[in-house]
Amino acid sequence: MFSRDIWKEIFETIQKNKLRTFLSGFTVALGILIFVVLFGFGNGLINTFNQFFSNDATNVFMVFRGRTTMPYKGYKANRSIEFDNSDLEDIEKNFPLFLEYISPRITRQDTVSYKNESNSYSTWAVGPAHQFSEMTIMMKGRYLNVNDINNKTKNAVIGRLVEEDLFGAKNSIGKYIDVGGSSFKVVGVFQDDGGDNEERNIFIPYTTRQLMEKNTDKIDAMVIGFKPSIGYAGAMAFEKSLDKFIREKKYINPQDRNGIFIRNVADQLKQNQQFARVLQIIVGFVAFGTIIAGIIGISNIMVFVVKERTKELGIRKALGATPKSVIGTILLESVFITTVSGFVGMLIGVGILSSMGERLEDFFITNPYIDMPMAVIATIILIVFGGIAGYVPAKRAANIKPIVALRDE
Amino acid sequence: MIEINNLHKSYKMGSNSLHVLKGLNFSIKEGELVAIMGSSGSGKSTLLNILGMLDEADSGEYTLDGVPIKNLNETKAAKYRNKFLGFIFQSFNLINYKSAMENVALPLYYQKVPRKQREEKAIKYLSQVGLKEWAHHLPNELSGGQKQRVAIARAMAAEPKVLLADEPTGALDSKTSYEVMDLIQNINDQGNTILVVTHEEDIAHMCKRIVHLKDGVIVEDKTVDQVRASQYV
Repeated sequence: MFSRDIWKEIFETIQKNKLRTFLSGFTVALGILIFVVLFGFGNGLINTFNQFFSNDATNVFMVFRGRTTMPYKGYKANRSIEFDNSDLEDIEKNFPLFLEYISPRITRQDTVSYKNESNSYSTWAVGPAHQFSEMTIMMKGRYLNVNDINNKTKNAVIGRLVEEDLFGAKNSIGKYIDVGGSSFKVVGVFQDDGGDNEERNIFIPYTTRQLMEKNTDKIDAMVIGFKPSIGYAGAMAFEKSLDKFIREKKYINPQDRNGIFIRNVADQLKQNQQFARVLQIIVGFVAFGTIIAGIIGISNIMVFVVKERTKELGIRKALGATPKSVIGTILLESVFITTVSGFVGMLIGVGILSSMGERLEDFFITNPYIDMPMAVIATIILIVFGGIAGYVPAKRAANIKPIVALRDE
Repeated sequence: MIEINNLHKSYKMGSNSLHVLKGLNFSIKEGELVAIMGSSGSGKSTLLNILGMLDEADSGEYTLDGVPIKNLNETKAAKYRNKFLGFIFQSFNLINYKSAMENVALPLYYQKVPRKQREEKAIKYLSQVGLKEWAHHLPNELSGGQKQRVAIARAMAAEPKVLLADEPTGALDSKTSYEVMDLIQNINDQGNTILVVTHEEDIAHMCKRIVHLKDGVIVEDKTVDQVRASQYV
């Protein structure tokens, strides 16, 4: 089956029937190419998706305050709920088993200036633990620490882009910036995978912010990190009892949906992962369809090729070709063409994907890629099914009596 | 060389059955040049197809070179065809993407002759039919007569026991026909057994024996004085 003579015969046939070879090869190459590119784009979509949603820690609850819509225990509806420093301590005291860290967050928009440069940034007044929830990465200097909180220091940690805006290429550590009329010392510069927006933030101690705002003890929101070891079910239980605890303390009707809000990142993550899985299934479905279309394409071409060669096969049979050698020649030829063009199509597809890189980020496709085994398996599937699809007409052709094949039309 | 005994063949046409060969008996010895004549529908092509193992008889015996030909599967038939028979068709039946030499070498490919020997042999037979210079031309670059000569060279290449020619001059003008017949006579002179199916009187008379078929039976079987085709060329 693999003698040199047979291959020579096949190469000659391929060489002398260029159009036929090109057509069948082109179909296969195009099929695989589309498959690879589509699949890669799908993966790119999923990449974008993951980038959007996974740059913060996932073991985090955000507790926001709201306005009640139901009266409860003598309190009227439409009452604005407020958090203060005692809430932090109470939560810390009541949930030691679940809690890993807690930090308040007071967000303001401030005009920040250094010498002649000035710009508007969000300043987040937070505690030291906030670094974990946002996965803030320090480039230089340090983050806020307990000392900053206790002493209400005027220290600030600025984003990479803030430094770039205000200081240019110069080092900002130890310099004083003006934040909303107060002078703050830069103690650290951070970066964040969350993108440009997150790197234009400034962190200051929440106690300092409270001091600036007439020495209040109010806070906007609470960021609560739970122990990852409690798992998904533990997080759900924690969320439930936390909700109950705050409602009791703040006299909010348990049925009121608007008094407080708890955003559970873990829960959201799970939903997002489900969405990503659905995306993956859709991509897989489309890819599967492409392969099926490719198989049908090859089958059609094989039927056409055998039909076109009927007379030639009749001549060959009259000259002594056995049915086996007829089938063998047709199959080897088609498998050879499918293999070569299949892998050419695959390589072109992979080439296109890797040359895309970051260029399609505007279309929500980041780093499109396909795993090599996946691409190779798809190509092999196409080759195998192309072979099977070719076998049926080849067998029929081999069994045609030469006299029928040779009859003049 | 060829022995036929009470050969029957009928074709089913819907509910009707068309009895084409109605019990043929004859034998051909080695070195004969036999013409099978008859009008269309007489069964001469059917007979040739059965002799060529391209078709199978319903009943009767057929012995080729001492080998009984019966119950052939496709693979066996292919092997016998390759070993025993060379075909010459009315419409030449050359493979159009192969050069003259490659066409001639094809039966040898199926005999598993090594490539180099195949080509040497093909050139040898092509020069026998006077087409050595055309060895690397494609069939569509050749004239009708040249094509038929390539086909004859191809039929000879496998060195078969019997050459079967189905209307070999049917698609050719009379001058070219005589050239082809001259070639066939020369091949016969070398001792090859040849069977020619034709409906042309003059072609038949260039053979040594004429078998006349009519409505599926042999009506006449006679030896004739061979007319040499060379005198017309």
